[in-house]
Amino acid sequence: MTVEQVPPGLILIVSALLLPFLRGWWRAALILLAPLVALWLVWQIPDGATLKTAFMGMEMIVVKGDRLSRLFGTIFCIMAFAGGLFALRQARTIELTAALFYAGSAIGVAFAGDLITVFVFWELMALGSTIVIWSAGTEASRRAGLRYVMIHLLGGVLLMAGIVDFVAAKNTIAFGVGPIQEVLTVNRPGTWLILAGFLINAGAPPLSAWLPDAYPESSPTGMVFLSAFTTKTAVYVLWRGFQGFDVLIWIGLFMVFYGIIYALLENDMRRILAYSIVNQVGFMVCGIGIGTDLALNGAAAHAFTHIIYKALLLMSAGSVLYMTGKRKCTDLGGLFQSMPLTCICGIVGALAISSFPLTSGFISKSMISQGAADQHLALVWFLLAAASAGVFLHAGIKFPWFVFFQKDSGMRPPDPPWNMRLAMILFAALCIGLGVWPEPLYALLPLQPVTYKPYTGYHVVEMLQLLLFSGLAFFVLLPFMKRTLTISLDVDWFWRRLGAKLAREFTMRSNRARGITGERLQYRLSKALETVFHFHGPKGILARTWDTGTTTLVIVGLLAVYLVIYFL
Amino acid sequence: MKDEKNNSGDPHWLVRPQTIRRLWFIFAAVLAATVVAGLFVSLPGHFKWDGEFWFFAAYGFATCAVMVFGAKALGFILKRPDNYYDD
Repeated sequence: MTVEQVPPGLILIVSALLLPFLRGWWRAALILLAPLVALWLVWQIPDGATLKTAFMGMEMIVVKGDRLSRLFGTIFCIMAFAGGLFALRQARTIELTAALFYAGSAIGVAFAGDLITVFVFWELMALGSTIVIWSAGTEASRRAGLRYVMIHLLGGVLLMAGIVDFVAAKNTIAFGVGPIQEVLTVNRPGTWLILAGFLINAGAPPLSAWLPDAYPESSPTGMVFLSAFTTKTAVYVLWRGFQGFDVLIWIGLFMVFYGIIYALLENDMRRILAYSIVNQVGFMVCGIGIGTDLALNGAAAHAFTHIIYKALLLMSAGSVLYMTGKRKCTDLGGLFQSMPLTCICGIVGALAISSFPLTSGFISKSMISQGAADQHLALVWFLLAAASAGVFLHAGIKFPWFVFFQKDSGMRPPDPPWNMRLAMILFAALCIGLGVWPEPLYALLPLQPVTYKPYTGYHVVEMLQLLLFSGLAFFVLLPFMKRTLTISLDVDWFWRRLGAKLAREFTMRSNRARGITGERLQYRLSKALETVFHFHGPKGILARTWDTGTTTLVIVGLLAVYLVIYFL
Repeated sequence: MKDEKNNSGDPHWLVRPQTIRRLWFIFAAVLAATVVAGLFVSLPGHFKWDGEFWFFAAYGFATCAVMVFGAKALGFILKRPDNYYDD
């Protein structure tokens, strides 16, 4: 086996399984080195299939490289490294094990050359991420994890059903830009089932609620991992299978505004950031739907930069949660005084997510809206511009303002331990570095050459006007955004409330029905037993002892009857 | 904003009223500068209105106002106490 045949994700999966047996420096070394080794392996994989195996008469391509795979593989490895550093001494071993396993599975999807391999790693990801959620060890996380895994298993079932139909149509399991698009034209149900399976993981409507429901219940370190892999592998597979698929434009735009509106209503700082994951993935889904080279490159670049700044924001929020034990905006505020580094890193992440010039978000998101402009999609372009302003409103200012400024909560916790600070500094540096020097990222993008220039006078002025005036709107309208101790209803109401109510009602009624039928049955049974007892009991007519004479007489009589019947 | 005190009893310099007043002045100047800058760059104007130098300032403010009030209106229907699912 040569180096290019080693699945990079496998390194992380094997490391995950070794982790519980290691202590001290060995443990730390494994957590930090495994992602770096995986990153090195990612860059050893050339274009084309390198590892194949047979499965039920079909050819499975476990490792297949191209520019897109390497781009996603790279960012997943960087994320696993920084997440591991952040969680190094704070997370439980079970959480880190699950997180490495989860990251390895995501890399597995990024290099999968066929749908069965995609499916296998897809399900392993669901397993790993559920355990990350459960690792928080609270009752709320146990319940949220169960709801989470149910939705993801449903997504897996849809995906598998779609794959079966795909195989029936094409007699191949190959996964790439070509084959799925051919099936799209045939309009088989399998296409829609695969799309639905992918979209569930992307946090698309109508089932977006799983994301803000489950992720914020994980530990302070757990959500950093969770924010990166599931939704971005979904972006990856949509990019590969469904580019230029019109409906994705509108699904993406819905996600963008859903995220903004729900984040504006939200009080829990990590749930605000969870809604903004849906919002940001919406931009990527929209870019994939637009489907031009520029928009597709933009979607891929945005996935890359988003993983970094969203992890940074969640590291900042995770540090606050870790140091104060509080996550509601109503309980927080004024923390900039004692947690300056956490505050500054949070602000860098917030500027990047808002795509402020000189941050990573600016050089990636502007490609998507430029893609819409080039295609003369006026409505899409205006909505994306409004959404950019909305991102600054709901995440860019709202998160740092309510957590680090606003009223003084009176709490004066210090910045978190060194490893958490280091991870934040690393990602904050990447947010600014990529914003100032976008060329290295552009050189990695899947569709070359990239001629797009982000820093034109027009783009910069456009973005600054949009963002700063939305900042003005934030402070002017602040009285209308008072935090309340509330949550907002979502589609999950149907199973958390209505479903639960129906189930309780059903249990109650079926219990009552069972009680009534039980009573009746008992009555009938005792009556039947009485009858049996009447005839067969000790004094029953059939249980009496007869004398020999009578018995002989009865037998002779019976034989006589038999003889008569026989001769007739 | 309320007075915030640090451990020594003085409000942190960033939350003193005169700092906040100064920050508002700076913010207003920056806002004005971005609009003026619109006059000096060539805005391609892909569509009808977006070629105007003030367009993105107005659009950013207006759309944010719509989103804030839209969210508030939806909040009347969607908001529930945060222990709603606990029982």
